[in-house]
Amino acid sequence: MELFIQQLTNGLAVGGIYALIALGYTMVYGVLKLINFAHGDLFTIGAYLGLTLLTTLGLTNYLGPFGVVIVLALMVMGLVAIVGAALERVAYRPLRQSHRLSAVVSALGASIFFQNAVMLIYGARYKVYPHDILPRTAIHIFGLDIPLIRLLMLLTSIVMMIGLYLFIQRTKIGTAIRAAAIDQGAAKLMGINVDRVIMIVFLIGPALGGAAGLMVGLYYGQINFTMGWLYGLKAFTAAILGGIGNIPGAMVGGLLLGVIEAMGAAYISIAWKDAIAFCVLIIILIVRPTGLLGERVAEKI
Amino acid sequence: MKDKRLVIYAVISVVLLLSPLFLNAYWVDVLNNVGLYTILALSLNIILGHAGLFHMGHAAFYALGAYTTAIINTTYHIPILWLLPVSGLVAGLAALVVARPIIHLRGDYLLIVTIGFVEIVRIALVNNVFGITGGSNGIFGINRPILFGWKINKPWEFFYLIWGFAAVTIFLFNRLENSRFGRALNFLREDDVAAEGSGINTAHYKLIAFVIGAFWAGMVGNIFAAKMTIIAPESFNFWESVVLFMIVLLGGRGSIRGVILGAFLVLGLPEIFRQFATARMLIFGAFMVAMMIFRTEGILPPLPRKYPIAKMLGREGSA
Amino acid sequence: MTTLLSLKNLTKRFGGLVAVDHVNFDVEAGAIVGLIGPNGAGKTTVFNLITGNYRPDEGDVIFDNQSIKTLPTHKIVSLGIARTFQTIRLFHKLAAIENVLAGCHCRMQSGSLAAMFRTPTQRREEHQALQTALKELEFVGLQSQADQLAENLSYGNQRLLEIARALATQPRFIILDEPAGGMNNQETAALIQTIRNIRDRGITVLLIEHDMSLVMEACEQLVVIENGAKIAEGDPQAIQSDPKVIEAYLGTDEE
Repeated sequence: MELFIQQLTNGLAVGGIYALIALGYTMVYGVLKLINFAHGDLFTIGAYLGLTLLTTLGLTNYLGPFGVVIVLALMVMGLVAIVGAALERVAYRPLRQSHRLSAVVSALGASIFFQNAVMLIYGARYKVYPHDILPRTAIHIFGLDIPLIRLLMLLTSIVMMIGLYLFIQRTKIGTAIRAAAIDQGAAKLMGINVDRVIMIVFLIGPALGGAAGLMVGLYYGQINFTMGWLYGLKAFTAAILGGIGNIPGAMVGGLLLGVIEAMGAAYISIAWKDAIAFCVLIIILIVRPTGLLGERVAEKI
Repeated sequence: MKDKRLVIYAVISVVLLLSPLFLNAYWVDVLNNVGLYTILALSLNIILGHAGLFHMGHAAFYALGAYTTAIINTTYHIPILWLLPVSGLVAGLAALVVARPIIHLRGDYLLIVTIGFVEIVRIALVNNVFGITGGSNGIFGINRPILFGWKINKPWEFFYLIWGFAAVTIFLFNRLENSRFGRALNFLREDDVAAEGSGINTAHYKLIAFVIGAFWAGMVGNIFAAKMTIIAPESFNFWESVVLFMIVLLGGRGSIRGVILGAFLVLGLPEIFRQFATARMLIFGAFMVAMMIFRTEGILPPLPRKYPIAKMLGREGSA
Repeated sequence: MTTLLSLKNLTKRFGGLVAVDHVNFDVEAGAIVGLIGPNGAGKTTVFNLITGNYRPDEGDVIFDNQSIKTLPTHKIVSLGIARTFQTIRLFHKLAAIENVLAGCHCRMQSGSLAAMFRTPTQRREEHQALQTALKELEFVGLQSQADQLAENLSYGNQRLLEIARALATQPRFIILDEPAGGMNNQETAALIQTIRNIRDRGITVLLIEHDMSLVMEACEQLVVIENGAKIAEGDPQAIQSDPKVIEAYLGTDEE
């Protein structure tokens, strides 16, 4: 039982990370019908930028631990959002009218570019985050020691997800995003500036991905230039699991995948942990490609 | 001009054929790698180029072929080249089993599933599945191939084996392209619904494209295992699939000459500009984006097929 | 006259929408039949149900005394039903002749191995297919444009090329979805003759068309559907004076 609860909380915490990244995939897919392969690398960039800002700005001299994290998070999110918008402008906008798969290949190229840019700038070895940013205390629940940072992570991702959900559902820009996702042409005719909507999506998605990168750095303490690939692929799996294009789906899918993986690692085999996620992906795509919360759409002939 | 093109092909072939005479062992080995990737990329070209199926797990079939050869050769000491068709068969059968349920997936979904597939295969190899793959250390002590009593050992010997295999591949695949089979793949790539509506069993042809591509990749795995004498899971990771994918896209989807050029560029250029070797993938990544924006069809796109239309219409004196 | 195609209570639903609602009609062998109705009446859906692109929720499609409702599209084509598409679906980046060769495909045998070893049978078959393809191009009057890319043909010629591709499957029954769409009057007049020529080759024709001059001139029998259901059936003269048909068309459709 102890193992179960530890794995459950761990799975939910990692799942929150997956969910945050998955939101970026799903939002972009929603408006552009494009798998943004470079999204995982934006997550990596977030983790590295967080490390750079942390070690160069000396924020710890002025602020308490939570102040540092909040300021850091805002800066990382802002910077990664700019990278994301630039990515859209350079690699995707010129391909808006071309074949869908051209954009997919362009995304793949951008992913390879970012990953290797990070490697050339920071080196190929693991980088270590400072240990003393957040208190390493644990909380007693049900007679178990659950690390505080784990709970904070889960809490942060849930707060961000709810924030995004409210933004999409309640604001004018959110309505415009939903309209553009349903029918770009019609949205244009209704006076919505679709280019601007797409740009906003490419600001929000990468910002959340960057935040997730920072969280992984703080939680695990070490980062690597290839990490975005695996996290990205798993977050994509989460997005598919929940139903791609569907925002609550990405949240549910992320948390679910985190838990499935944690349980698989505990009760099946830790060596096959990554394979479990891929098996989930393949099974979902074969059995129910629309995901858990997605709707069926008939192809027009 | 068709004649001019033939002359260029002939000159390139002769220079390539004679190159081991004036290159040192290092450069011959580079050409050997180019040759292996040429064949691999040509086999991927059937799936990605002709059938238009976004398959990024080709390294998995390559791995299956290499491991089949390594396991059987080190356990039962069956000569390498006898295992060439066996490796192809194992990879082809795997393709048949794996591709059947995923063949109907849309382009980008198929891409993701094949990435998942190649990773599962790699993880399985690392975890020493069935206790026969040697885990992350891999398998060593693989024999050299013996062709008509001649033991192939030195780089220049492998050069002729590999490029001989490449020549056979080019010859056969060229015929395959210019046939009912090759056309069917192009039809379903252009428009799946229209192809099916014209009476083409699209699911069947997609599957066969996978099987042929995998069969060839498996055979290349056999030669690779014999050339290295030691194989490990890291030789078959996702990035190998990406490199193959890039070769086909940069060279020109569905174009044999394009794919060959692509293999020379992707593998050869970083050897020539060694100081940029670490930036190789960065440059290719940027190049892929630029390629999609400015020249989607690749550097040397396929030439249209030729039909003796004028000759057949000659009876009326038209065209 | 024998019945070649028979639709029995054919029904298709998309979510809550009943696109095709218990439609029944028969097509006699050797006839030219028109399927007409206002936009969105479900005509193309009926075609897609016949050709296996959609599966019916209820009812059956009988072709030559055999139910074909569960067969895959390519099987239906090889049984002898060919079609063209409302939104032209040619292989745009390929030559006209290759588009027609796509139709020849299902009447050929040789596979990948025969192609690699270029067997005598394979070579003979390729030659024959090319002849068939050229013959069909000639039939629709496009032989001079055989090596043009499909996308470079004029709109009307693209429609004709689709017909040639369908004919190359050697069908007994051909389904034309708005064959005159985008054609000028002269081209439409030629098309009427082509449709008659198709029938004279012994091929039964079922077509959807909004151009009423073509429908009235070419078709011998008409089936009218509205909101997915059949509202009338008969020869063109009877249909023209049918009050239900007039009502369906008034104010809803321009022709």
